[in-house]
Amino acid sequence: MTIKKLAAVATLVGSSSLVSAQELEITITNLTHGIYYTPFIVAAHDGTTSFFRSGTPASPELQQMAEGGNIAGLETIFTAANANITSNPAGGLLAPARSTTFTMSTDDGNNYLSVGAMLLPTNDGFAGLNNWRIPSEPGTYRVNVNAYDAGTEANDEIVGSGAPGEPGFPNPPPVGVVATGGTGVTTIETNTNVHIHRGNLGDDDPTGGKSDITNYVHRWLNPVVRVTVKVM
Amino acid sequence: MLNTKSILTTAIASSLLLLSACSDNDDGFPETPAPTPPAPAPVTFQFEVTVTNLTNAQPMSPVAVLLHNEGRIWTTGEPASVALETIAEGGDNSQILALDVALAAKGGESPLAPGASQTMTISNLETAPERLSIVTMLVNTNDAFTGLNAYDVSNMAVDESISLRVGSYDSGTERNSERANTIPGPVSGGAGEGFNAERDDIDIVTRHPGIVSQDDGFRTSELTQAHRWDDPTMNITIRRLQ
Repeated sequence: MTIKKLAAVATLVGSSSLVSAQELEITITNLTHGIYYTPFIVAAHDGTTSFFRSGTPASPELQQMAEGGNIAGLETIFTAANANITSNPAGGLLAPARSTTFTMSTDDGNNYLSVGAMLLPTNDGFAGLNNWRIPSEPGTYRVNVNAYDAGTEANDEIVGSGAPGEPGFPNPPPVGVVATGGTGVTTIETNTNVHIHRGNLGDDDPTGGKSDITNYVHRWLNPVVRVTVKVM
Repeated sequence: MLNTKSILTTAIASSLLLLSACSDNDDGFPETPAPTPPAPAPVTFQFEVTVTNLTNAQPMSPVAVLLHNEGRIWTTGEPASVALETIAEGGDNSQILALDVALAAKGGESPLAPGASQTMTISNLETAPERLSIVTMLVNTNDAFTGLNAYDVSNMAVDESISLRVGSYDSGTERNSERANTIPGPVSGGAGEGFNAERDDIDIVTRHPGIVSQDDGFRTSELTQAHRWDDPTMNITIRRLQ
């Protein structure tokens, strides 16, 4: 993760141990060339809430998001934690290189930010920012976010289901995976913990090959999302 | 800080004065200071830029370095300018160097080989530059580039330096076919096409997805496993000299 402070005003806001509520303007940018994001979940919460942790198994709620883009389960978790939540700020899929900007007000103590969404087309890839400490100092901060594999589904790279536990990935418009007939890249998921995604393999065969994903369109390099947080 | 030129001018003037007044001191250094201070020298802003190609086998086209106060070289999510398309597809930096916003522009003297470094200096007189930009093409690609976009140097003090590592971008102006006839770099013997006004990709600038290569199942690709890369692709060190 790279954190870059663009500007800061030297004030003593937040110098006491009580962190007051904050006004945030957040921009989420899709940095990839050919990947769409399902609706984002954005939550400001306390320091004891995590929606994923690398090297540990995904929760069922994370699995729902990573395999099918369903953030209802994570909304429930964050609501129970008294988080401030923004769901689906882009109003649907966020296309390559597109951004969405919105404001959030955070309650006292909700000074950690988490952001998540599924990458399409992938089986269970997601972009995740976990427990980023929201600075108390006003300014604009940029955070680069990497792509993770939830470890819950084999990366067969075949158009199929977005339901947890079912193979394949959903292909809603305008994701537009048009290749068919792939035989499947793999049927096993050897690392069942959350880990950095190894990327799509894909192939160049629209009617066969191993994958329904197109290798020269649907690959990426990290980082895959930028979150710009303006602390008012 | 006086610049070298004004010091020389003072020395020459002093020397001439001495020649006319005293013939036994010819070392050019007056025994007493010249009574009249020199006119204020123009302030010079000078930066030393060192770039290192961090890739395995992607030579970079001669870099373009700009000092400017206005504008950006690219914006993620927006279409590339023709000047950017020209360097990203063909490695030709001439249009970037000629941008109207440039207070000063400097082009690399040669391509930057994988693993190699180059250092150059760029100056402009009097006007304080606020931004520094660098652009170069990864030449064994269709339209990949790397660089630094309108980086704020306005707060850099003399002798201050900063090192940055930057990633790769796709200008979005040419489909990543990886075919030899579309790649101008050594992989095609330089015979592949560079700039082409047609825009047959998504026509927005994004981070680069990386190349696939024939070794990873792209049968019509001219590229091999050796041409793959991951970010970061270039190390940049900027030092303000004056």
